[in-house]
Amino acid sequence: MRSKSRKVRKAKELVFVILFLAGIGVALGVLGILLASLFATAAPYLTPTLFTSYANYQDATRAGYAAAIAGTLWIVSLTLLFSLPLGVGAAIYLEEYSRGGRIARILQAGVSNLAGVPSVVFGLLGLAIFVRAFHLGAVVLAGALTLTLLVFPYVVITAREAIRAVPQSIRDAALAMGATKWQAIRHQVLPAAAPGLLTASILGAARTIGETAPLIVIGAVVLQTFLPYGPDSPFVALPVQIYAYIGLPGPEWQGVAAAGMVVLLVILFAFNAVAIIGRNRLQRTRW
Amino acid sequence: MGGVNADRTGARLASLEPKWVWQPGETLVRGLLFLAAAFAIIATFAIVVALLWDTVVFFGRVSPVAFYTGTKWSPVIDGLYGVLPLIAGTLLIAGGAVLIGIPLGLSAAIFLREYAPARVREFVKPLLEVLAGIPSIVFGFFALLLVSPTLKAWFGADYFNGANAIIVIGIMIIPIVSSLSEDALTAVPTDLRDGAVALGATRFEATARVVIPAAFSGIMASFLLAFSRAVGETMVVLIAAGENVNLTFNVLGPMSTLAGDIARKATGDLPVGSDLFRSLFAVGFTLFVITFVINLTSDVLRHRFREAYD
Amino acid sequence: MLRSLLKGTAPPSTAVEPEVHRVPPPLTLVEIQDAAIESRNLSVWYGRKHAIREVDLKIQRRGITAIIGPSGCGKSTYLRAINRMNDTIRNCRTTGQLLVDGEDVYGPNVDPVLLRRKVGLIFQKPNPFPKTVYRNVAFGVQLHYRTTKEELDGVVEAALREANLWDEVKDRLHDSALGLSGGQQQRLCIARALAIQPEMLLMDEPCSALDPVATAKIEDLMFELKKQMTIVIVTHNMQQAARIADHTAFLYLGKLVEYSQTRELFERPTQELTENYITGRFG
Repeated sequence: MRSKSRKVRKAKELVFVILFLAGIGVALGVLGILLASLFATAAPYLTPTLFTSYANYQDATRAGYAAAIAGTLWIVSLTLLFSLPLGVGAAIYLEEYSRGGRIARILQAGVSNLAGVPSVVFGLLGLAIFVRAFHLGAVVLAGALTLTLLVFPYVVITAREAIRAVPQSIRDAALAMGATKWQAIRHQVLPAAAPGLLTASILGAARTIGETAPLIVIGAVVLQTFLPYGPDSPFVALPVQIYAYIGLPGPEWQGVAAAGMVVLLVILFAFNAVAIIGRNRLQRTRW
Repeated sequence: MGGVNADRTGARLASLEPKWVWQPGETLVRGLLFLAAAFAIIATFAIVVALLWDTVVFFGRVSPVAFYTGTKWSPVIDGLYGVLPLIAGTLLIAGGAVLIGIPLGLSAAIFLREYAPARVREFVKPLLEVLAGIPSIVFGFFALLLVSPTLKAWFGADYFNGANAIIVIGIMIIPIVSSLSEDALTAVPTDLRDGAVALGATRFEATARVVIPAAFSGIMASFLLAFSRAVGETMVVLIAAGENVNLTFNVLGPMSTLAGDIARKATGDLPVGSDLFRSLFAVGFTLFVITFVINLTSDVLRHRFREAYD
Repeated sequence: MLRSLLKGTAPPSTAVEPEVHRVPPPLTLVEIQDAAIESRNLSVWYGRKHAIREVDLKIQRRGITAIIGPSGCGKSTYLRAINRMNDTIRNCRTTGQLLVDGEDVYGPNVDPVLLRRKVGLIFQKPNPFPKTVYRNVAFGVQLHYRTTKEELDGVVEAALREANLWDEVKDRLHDSALGLSGGQQQRLCIARALAIQPEMLLMDEPCSALDPVATAKIEDLMFELKKQMTIVIVTHNMQQAARIADHTAFLYLGKLVEYSQTRELFERPTQELTENYITGRFG
């Protein structure tokens, strides 16, 4: 038996630590480069025109995202409206009511499988069922329903975590005072879980904002020169509009597209910031 | 306690109207919540139905054999519905992306969990989450704007090529691998690590020989999930990988994937009720089955991992 | 302080200090000629908590020394300081000297990795790796040595025999270690520590998670081992200390109170504090 050199073992460790650092280095480096180049490309086009003009495929200086931004706002609101009650309701059932038997496992498997379905497939679903079978056409409502399905598992997962974080003592106290299960949930557990649920909803909305593929498949219109007038209106969403501009040749269109992406990222950032701040502030008044 | 005060309280309570709680309400609430929970199953079911509906009709008109073995996907021009180019493209791009994203993501997880001081962790983790939150369309743009010219300059690649997607998707999945692997590493009890250190292991040896093997199922599950994500990625492929009707393994040239092609065809003119239209669903069904299998395997692995530590 | 309030623990306040000042200066009633391990003015801090306070202690080579004391008095901390396992805990600071074979292990040129090859540690809760019995024992050997398969087989068998476990596992070498009973797992942990041939063995309440039969087996094992090795055992079981230790040290609130031959300490304790602890008036 020969003793292994301590120096060799130390050297091995150093090599690997450097490799491990590379993982983070690459990720952060790319992030930095991506954001920098995005802003650089977008800079000349970050003007109010973005918000006031509609889509324009002839003149880049007059191209804007007015309809797209409005469309995104419509879709996100409706999606939240549908997915929150559904998602939180499902989370409540899974955390508070279900007893962990076979049915519970099937339900949970259902949620996690849905989470793994590619977004295009949701688009096909929306196309087949909402646009055609329900005869809605390629309208805001169809888009919202489709995205509701897509974002539902994420809301369930985050809402479950929020509910799980509520200490058992709160439930016990409520029940000990003679509350029914639902009363305990409604009056004690849910308010206690509120910060987490708020986060869940905002993060769900954030996911929705960036979804492009399903809306493309459903049939978001890319030459829309009016703002959506209602759930039954044809629509275009911000990422879809960006995609339309990317497809055009020439650096000026890259600039317009980049500008749209900056707007997109700013909206996303705002949502996330609200989520984090909201959660922190609500948590300060916690147990 | 007892005596006068209790009597007085008792008397006061007795004079109040008992509040009538609607008992059936409890059952109703429970039922509604159950439906919400079952929504996922309903939705999955709906997906399968929606896909199968047109797929079945499609396979009545185009033989599944020709579909799954044909090497040319040129439905518009040649009426050929061979899906192999798409499957090959999907596996090549997702496989390549995973070769990039998994080592980098696992490295990041190991570094964060085993080596990084708390302050570095607090700084890096939010940044990784930012990376995870960037919509794929932005990554597609990045692929076209920066990756493509670089590949063209270094390797003479085409403007639209598969490597664009491979590199960029690889980077996109780093946060997934990193965050899930880190969870797996954290779940390993500290006494295992301590046991190795007490025997004279260096930090690296303890990590490599004890912690990682112990976290293996969880780590594998994260790999599979990342792979599934790469398989389903649409926008990056749509924007930067180009279109190719032939079966090809040349990543420096254009390639099509299942997901990318669905989106691409959907933006074109699709006469409803045509074979072309239905082919979308056949492709979608194929994609769904592939990701379903991957996700199922990942779930099974994750459960097995959790059992080992309960 | 805010943090500890939020966590629900008491702030490191002055409430402890008066207690500590009531502890009499340490009384060492035994002359240790050949000290394998010696601590000089050793102090260990966890953040602001002063866990070990200026402890001077010499541990006799080749014999069993027990460290007893009530929960939280720092016994485990002291033990872990010897093989520098406290290094793995953030916020842990050590001052003073700790000499192993005459060399201060907290000195500038000491490599903890090699130190741990010489000084083994057995944990309170058996912590075998989720691998086979064979690979558990082989682990340490493979870290520090290059071996052929035959050599490794030999070392593994020798270690298992030394730990009195061989007969029970020889047909199960390639089964998972987690399938062994608690007592067997602990002996497996001892075997894997013995496999790299340490000169000293530290044992942190090794039997507290085991039943009396398993405990007896390990105590028998310790009697065998002490002929060759220096063993330091931390225990809250005074009967155990009385049974097996040659010398016993009593620690209270991080300070050494009394240290002498085991029989002397238990039958004729000098300090009142010691007597109170032994007779069960506290702790």
